[in-house]
Amino acid sequence: MPEHSTILHVDMDAFFASVSELDYPQYKGKALVVGAGARGVVLSANYEARRFGIRAAMPVARAQRMAPNAIFIPPNHERYSEVSRKVMEIFLEFTPYVEPLSLDEAFLDVTGSKRLFGTGREIAELIRKRVFEQEKITCSVGIASTKFIAKLASGRCKPNGVLEIAPDRVLTFLHPLPVSEIWGVGPKTNEELQRLGLRTVADIANTPLETLKRALGESAGVSLYELAWARDYREVVPDAPEKSISAAETFSYDLEDQDEIFRELLRLTERASHRLRKKELLCKTISIKVRFSDFSNLTRSKTLPLGISSTHEIYDISKELYRSLKLAGSRIRLLGVALENLTDQTGAVYQLELGEREVGWRQAQDAVDRAIERFGRDSVRPARLVDGSEIEET
Amino acid sequence: MKFTVDSSTLTDSVNWVSRSLSTRPIMTALLGIVIDANSDVTLSASDLETSAKSSFNAEVKEKGRVLVPGRLLAEISRALPNKPVSFNLDGTRVLVTAGSAKFTLPTLPINEYPNLPTLPETSGAIASDLFAAAVNQVAVAAGRDDSLPTLTGIHVDISRDTITLAATDRYRLAVREINWNPNNPDLATTALLRARTLADAAKTIASTKNISFAIAPVTANERLVGFSTESKSMTSRQLDGTFPPYRHLLPNESIATAVIEVSALLDSVRRVALVTDKTVPLRLKFSNNTLHLEAGAGDEAQATEEIQISYTGEPIDIAFNPTFLADGLNALGTTYVNIAFTGSNKPAVLSGKNKIDGEIDSSYRYLLMPMRYAS
Repeated sequence: MPEHSTILHVDMDAFFASVSELDYPQYKGKALVVGAGARGVVLSANYEARRFGIRAAMPVARAQRMAPNAIFIPPNHERYSEVSRKVMEIFLEFTPYVEPLSLDEAFLDVTGSKRLFGTGREIAELIRKRVFEQEKITCSVGIASTKFIAKLASGRCKPNGVLEIAPDRVLTFLHPLPVSEIWGVGPKTNEELQRLGLRTVADIANTPLETLKRALGESAGVSLYELAWARDYREVVPDAPEKSISAAETFSYDLEDQDEIFRELLRLTERASHRLRKKELLCKTISIKVRFSDFSNLTRSKTLPLGISSTHEIYDISKELYRSLKLAGSRIRLLGVALENLTDQTGAVYQLELGEREVGWRQAQDAVDRAIERFGRDSVRPARLVDGSEIEET
Repeated sequence: MKFTVDSSTLTDSVNWVSRSLSTRPIMTALLGIVIDANSDVTLSASDLETSAKSSFNAEVKEKGRVLVPGRLLAEISRALPNKPVSFNLDGTRVLVTAGSAKFTLPTLPINEYPNLPTLPETSGAIASDLFAAAVNQVAVAAGRDDSLPTLTGIHVDISRDTITLAATDRYRLAVREINWNPNNPDLATTALLRARTLADAAKTIASTKNISFAIAPVTANERLVGFSTESKSMTSRQLDGTFPPYRHLLPNESIATAVIEVSALLDSVRRVALVTDKTVPLRLKFSNNTLHLEAGAGDEAQATEEIQISYTGEPIDIAFNPTFLADGLNALGTTYVNIAFTGSNKPAVLSGKNKIDGEIDSSYRYLLMPMRYAS
């Protein structure tokens, strides 16, 4: 019988807030919330702030009411990426099988590293020690033979803890948990399960598979049932290729003006497509997301036969998608542009357009990207994004 | 209302008007076909963008005007036995009888039916088969993306006795010139019509001899375009927007030309393109009276083929979307194709030739942009 895999789920504790505490040592020990503007959402809150009930994704305004004395600071994504990269490098010292889920969490398959570094628990402690010594932030580690259980375990030992679920203890650990803990159970599925009287994971495990399939659909039913018996066959995939690149923004006031909306759409398109080109990718699917002042959302997407990457081509489509919503006089709180269905740009082909110049937008785009790399984001922008006050009269 | 008509006349007439029925109307009345029994019987339908009318002789016993569900009437008329069909209004229902088959149709409130636009004054006449063929030749290049409505149209440019039809989806451009008989010999005007509408109408109209083409003057409130034969007519609103200027795109010179038998080239293109999906380029190498075709690369399936052609000029390597190339070849309608090249990253022009050493028929030109590999 093959040996059980040993999977670690490493999750940084209140990552953004912890990094910010390092940058603002004067706030250490105080309730600290990362989240920008009165209309933004909480991105991260340290444990002092969490005592007031503040959680991630909560509107900042609400968090301010809950803890009027808490310190609110804007996020510094560059710093978080930098720390994240260093932490991921530490993980790679222990195993090449590192699958980052986001800036602050990753799965590590350390099955083959045990001869070198010791048991899963010993490796977890080594990693925690290295991360703390080098970056002065803490993390929590869940250890199990599957990704699913490892992630659940890390969530149960936060902050600054380690929890190992031995293979023979998995069901004892898993079955009493509420169904909402299962991967893939969102508010809707949860509601449906509650309606069926299924409250714990054990309830699902003891429901006939056919019943689940009928209630949730073929594939969701099967995957839920499998997970309820802790059967998770997903491997740790190092450096999983990116599935989508997106940019979104919650505005400091609701947008109503069509020109302003298109300007923001262009800004977001530029941000996302620049990252796309930097990774030498093309996207075939472009989608936009619009959130209205009442928090309702609309998304629209379009898939093309061939991949594209230039700002103006993608902007044409996002604009067209926005127009197709036929919104008149709506108040818009958030706009987002997502580029999906990504393919490698090497060997890619373009269908040339009639009247297209041999040296045209594509070459201009390359030059713009190079300028941005050297001189920063504000060095070259579409003319529509240049603020009137910046233009000197001559 | 009470009349009798033979079933084939009825079917033909219903088919014509049901093209204009809306599938998702903004008012329920538009789901109906109007039956107007007078000295003749006239059927009409509209989706507000287009409207269609068709008249036929019938034995009218009682005059009357009713509105009946359009799709249902269309299906019934197609299924009727080949017998005289009688329509009889009975209260709020219409009884349709043909032989032993009897149907009862509910009527819709006819007073809610909008007034249909009148056909603009006839501008001239054109041979219907010529018109239908020309429309089909350009419609292949029209865009299908409704988010770019201007490009889903066929541009009609009338200048004296020449009509130039053009369509483009940005990647190819089809242009066809035909002659017609304008009522006013100095007429010069343009129109932009949905390609689908025009192709649909052309298909049905092709069986008649001549059609009248009517285009409202630029000064009219609504720039309607109409087509009519003796018994049928159709009006269509124009598409919004300006069709891109295209004449400057047609190259005057070429660096090389190939003459190839259309059926041989089409067969090769279809075979070689089997290994790719529709958007992967077909690579063509023209040189020394041979054409080498290939598709696929790397670890994927690959195909190559070589055919003999007549070629003049420097060798050229060029890549096309295979579907676009086949569309153009199919639209030519001639035995040979003349391909004029202007460069590997520049448009190629397809036009027809009836004999390998004959004259180039430049009344139809299909401009195709190549595909290019990312550097």
